[in-house]
Parts: sequence; C-alpha cells; structure tokens
Amino acid sequence: MNEPPEGRAPVTETSGGVTLRGLGVSPGLAAGPVCRMEDSTRLLDGHWAAAEPHVEAGTAVRALEQASRALAELAERAAEPEARAILEAQSFIAADPLLQESVRANALDGMHAPDAITAACAHHREALVTAGGYFAERAADLDDIRNRAIAAARNLPMSAIPDPGHPFVLVADDLSPADTITLDPATVLAVITEKGGPTSHTAILARARGVPAVVACRGARELRDGTRVAVDGALGEVRTGVGEAEAAEVRWRSAEIRARLRASAGPGRTADGHPVKLLLNIGSAADLDTEVSAEGVGLFRTEFLFLDRRSAPEMDEQVAAYEAVFRALPGDRVVVRTLDAGTDKPLPFLGLPEETNPALGVRGLRVVRARPDVLDTQLDAIAAAARATGVRPWVMAPMVTTVAEVADFARRARSRGIVDVGAMVEVPAAALRASRLLAELDFLSIGTNDLSQYTCAVDRQHGELADLLDPWQPALLRLVAECADAGRRAGKPVGVCGEAAADPLLAPVLAGLGVTSLSMSALSVPAVREALAGRTLAECERAARSALEADDPAEARSRAG
Amino acid sequence: MPERTVVIASRTGLHARPAKIFVEAAARQGTPVRIRVGDGKPVPAHSILAVLSLGATHGTEVTLDADGPDADAALDSLAQLLARDLDADE
Repeated sequence: MNEPPEGRAPVTETSGGVTLRGLGVSPGLAAGPVCRMEDSTRLLDGHWAAAEPHVEAGTAVRALEQASRALAELAERAAEPEARAILEAQSFIAADPLLQESVRANALDGMHAPDAITAACAHHREALVTAGGYFAERAADLDDIRNRAIAAARNLPMSAIPDPGHPFVLVADDLSPADTITLDPATVLAVITEKGGPTSHTAILARARGVPAVVACRGARELRDGTRVAVDGALGEVRTGVGEAEAAEVRWRSAEIRARLRASAGPGRTADGHPVKLLLNIGSAADLDTEVSAEGVGLFRTEFLFLDRRSAPEMDEQVAAYEAVFRALPGDRVVVRTLDAGTDKPLPFLGLPEETNPALGVRGLRVVRARPDVLDTQLDAIAAAARATGVRPWVMAPMVTTVAEVADFARRARSRGIVDVGAMVEVPAAALRASRLLAELDFLSIGTNDLSQYTCAVDRQHGELADLLDPWQPALLRLVAECADAGRRAGKPVGVCGEAAADPLLAPVLAGLGVTSLSMSALSVPAVREALAGRTLAECERAARSALEADDPAEARSRAG
Repeated sequence: MPERTVVIASRTGLHARPAKIFVEAAARQGTPVRIRVGDGKPVPAHSILAVLSLGATHGTEVTLDADGPDADAALDSLAQLLARDLDADE
C-alpha cells in the first residue's frame, strides 16, 4: 500500500469494504468497532403490565421526576457552560407542574404510564412549536425528556449510549444534547450520525471535545454492531472492512497528529514559505482569550452589540467595545465587519417589515437603504476607537451585490478616516464582479457559508440538502477563484472566512487559488497551519486546478489530495 | 382582579435563563399568578412550558393577574422582575 498523504485515510475498496460519505464536522482519525445507539423505539417495544389508573399515574409522575433529577445531575457534571445551561433547562422543564398534571390526567383517563407520558409531551411540544423561533427549538428537549421518562418508567437505562466495555465508534440516527454531553472521549473513538448538519449540536460538542465526527452520513443506519470501521472526521469518510493491523496504524497516526497539532505555532505559510495569514473569527474581545497563536482577526462580528435592543447602542458603548478588541491586538491585523442584520436576523430597533423570504431580502449592507444612520454611527465609533488606540482597523461591509453599493460604503468609511475598506463576497453577483469591486475597495473577504447558499440555492439550515452546501462544490470554488484572480491582478488581499477556511484539506486548495488569508475559529487554526506547511505553493496550485476541474465535491476532494 | 402590564426587558425575551428566573419566582409567591400576552389566554406563571409557549420576546407587553389578599404584593414583585434585563444579572 502506498503511504497516504498526512492526515488522510486511504480510500480503497479492498476486502469487501465500502466507503460511506457524510460531512466531516470534527477533524481527526479513528478506527474501531461500531456500536449502535439504541433508537427510541426500544422504549415502546415489549409488554407493559398495566395497573390501576391511579397506580399508572403514580408511576408516570415518578418517572418524570427521575428524568428531571438525572438531567440535573448531568448538568452538574457538564464542563462546558453551554452544555450545562441546556441540561439545567431540560431538568427544569421535566419538573414542570403542568407537564406532571397532564401526565397524571392522561393516566387517570386510562392510559398506560408510557402512553400518558408520550401524549403529554406531544401536547406541550405542539404549543412550543406554535410559539415559533427560539421557543420552538426547545421542542426537541421534550422528545428527550419523554424518552428518559419512559425509560425510567420501564426500568431501562436512561442514556441510550451503549456501554460495550471497550472503546467504540458510536453510530446513531442523531444525538440529543444530553447524549452528546455524556460522551466520554476515552471510550467513544468517533461519532457517525445519519442526520445532522455542520452546525448541529453533535458537530459543535464533538469539535469542542476533540472527538472525530461525521454527520449527514447516508448509509450509517446500515452499519452493524462490531463492524470495524476507519473514520476520517475531516474528509467525512467512513470505511468498513478494516483489518486489525490497519486499525492500529490509524490509531498510531491519530495520536501522532494530535501531538503535532498541540505543538503547532507560527505564521501560516506553505512548505516553501509562501505566506497565507491565519486569522480568527471573533464576536467580542472575550474570544481572544485563547492559547492558539494566530496573526490577528479576520472577522470581528459586531452583532453582539446590537442584539435584542430597543434602540441602537450609543456611540460611547460601541467605541468601548471596539477599543477592547483593538487594544488586545496591537500590531496585528483586525478586520471589523459592520452590522450584519436585517430581516434574516431581525433587530427590533431597525423597524424593518417582515418579509416572506428574508434570506433574499433587506439584509447586510442593504439595511443602509432604510437606516443609513445605524451604519454612519457605527463607522464613527470604529474611527473613534481607531484614533484612541492607534490601531488601523480594516473595515468591511457584509452582503454586497453591486459596485454602486461598495462605492457608497467606501465613501462613508473613508470620509471618517478609515483607510482600509473592503467588502464580504457572499452573493454570486459580487464574486462575478470582483475586479470592479476591487477598483473601489482595498480588500475582499469571501463568506463561503452564504456564498454556498446563494450559489447552490439551498437554505443554510436545510439538513436534507447539506451535500449542496459542501464547500468543495466546484461551482463555489470557481467563484472563489474569480475573486482571488481579481485580487492578484489588483495586488489586493482576498481572504476567506466561513467554514471552508477551517477545512484543513481545503486550505491548500484555497491558497492555490490565490487566497491570501484564512479566518476561522481558534480551534481550527493548528490543523490548517499544518496542512499548509505540508505543501509547496506549486503543489497547492496543482491541487486547486484539479479541484476546479472536478464534477462534484467527492471528485474535487480526491483530485486535490 | 388586580393586574400589572409590563414590557419584557430581557434581551433574549422570556426564554432560557430569564424564563427560569421568572417561573421560579412565580412559584415562590403565596398565590397563583397568571400571565398572558395581549388578549391571549392567561397561563400559570409557575409553569416553564406555559411561559415559553407565550413566545414573549424582548419588548413584548405581558399582563400578570392574581387573586387573593397577597395578589398585589405578588404582582408587584413579579412585574419588577420582568422590567429588569435578567440576562444582564450575574
């Protein structure tokens, strides 16, 4: 067997093995036997010896109380604050007096305890879904509470995470927050789910724990317990038919990669020294509190200042927030994005009417049509913070479409003394006109998440169509190339922020296309730095040409490798 | 029946932490308190599921009502709570 490139599992169809493909959402390699998560139908199987209604009612209510206590205990054990908050909320909901009342009433009406619990949870679930928005997001909590309470009523283990007594690769349809939190990285080698997307709970928590994960993996349901698989959480590949010797080799390489990433530092560059700046995506100064070494901030999202306000934040408050970030980064690049809101991310004080299709409506820089005062105040505040700190921030507008829009934005910014003015390329129209935009601007930053959504005409949250949002879609890469070429001709920087920049396999391709900086969350920086350091610029350019010639993401990945 | 109408001040609305703080406070009152949005159906303020299903976001006007000798004191303390940004408290 040829030695595979670093960080990649070989893709071969040997000894009857097959390769399943999904979205790699948490990088890393793992190999081991599959252990399937029991699905919730296990709870409804089997005989239920029904008792008198009042006994059933007692059983059902006690089961809810047990579920609530168990969730509270999990919350106490949770290391991550987000995880703790989610579990505390679930525990509190499980103890809700109205929920208990509905369960009791259902049982007294003659339902068995499991049915009484199921019906009560369904009733309250419906009410939350009707409330919409982030209230509806809590509906999934009731599903988990129902499963836990029924398990308690039946004297079954509440967690559906298997415990085979040896390390395993967990395969599930999807994972609830509570299940994801109880994953022990010492025994769960990797996670594979049939459902889920790049921003699902599974993805976020798996990344936080360093457990390799592949989500939206078609065919995962068919994997049987005990099948030995190799998982590549960056490529999104799951291979069966793996022998013990090969599994040992994967484990050894995985340990080696982890050790190297921990030691990673220094500026981003290819093997032959071509620089590609590695920058951070942040939401406030607090996000700069990280051990990871980077070369500045490539995307400072300013929305946090504006969320859930009845009026726009005062100038002074904004200046203070920008100063805090500028002071933390003396001498480094910092790219500030002006407010990215609109009918897609509504802010009450903007006073925008509801729209039937917010993703295609008044959002990003388009808000300036209705509320130029909000942008002007923000630019005033950024300029004031720059003067106060002596930092020279780069400032960019979100969601631009036309040359006239960016010319207007540049005029507003420059008239306030802001020198480096740019825009985010998220709309295909902007990418196609990159050269003309750069005649008005100093830099571009490509937001691949939105650019994917608009290029392939897929809602970013659409789980069933996640494959079309794959940043390796050749059409998306073509638009990135268009922007990078324009930057090269103009001698101006063109960066990428968004999920694509955090993909260690895609980073060399982006560098080869001519992208000059990659901006990502701190966690992703070491792997991207190592990926770039492993290739010369000529190799990156070859990989880029190959990826552009591919007909689909899988072919683009294998050609680029 | 005594009532208090108040605008939700919490940035995330009556959701997550603010909802929990409010529901816990309502449960501690000596008298049952109900909450509604506009002319909607009043629901028990001591139920997190009922309160979440109101869908009350930042800036929503809600009305509290209660009966009995302790009603006014209970309503005052809960209305004051809702008028604060409970996300900002730590």
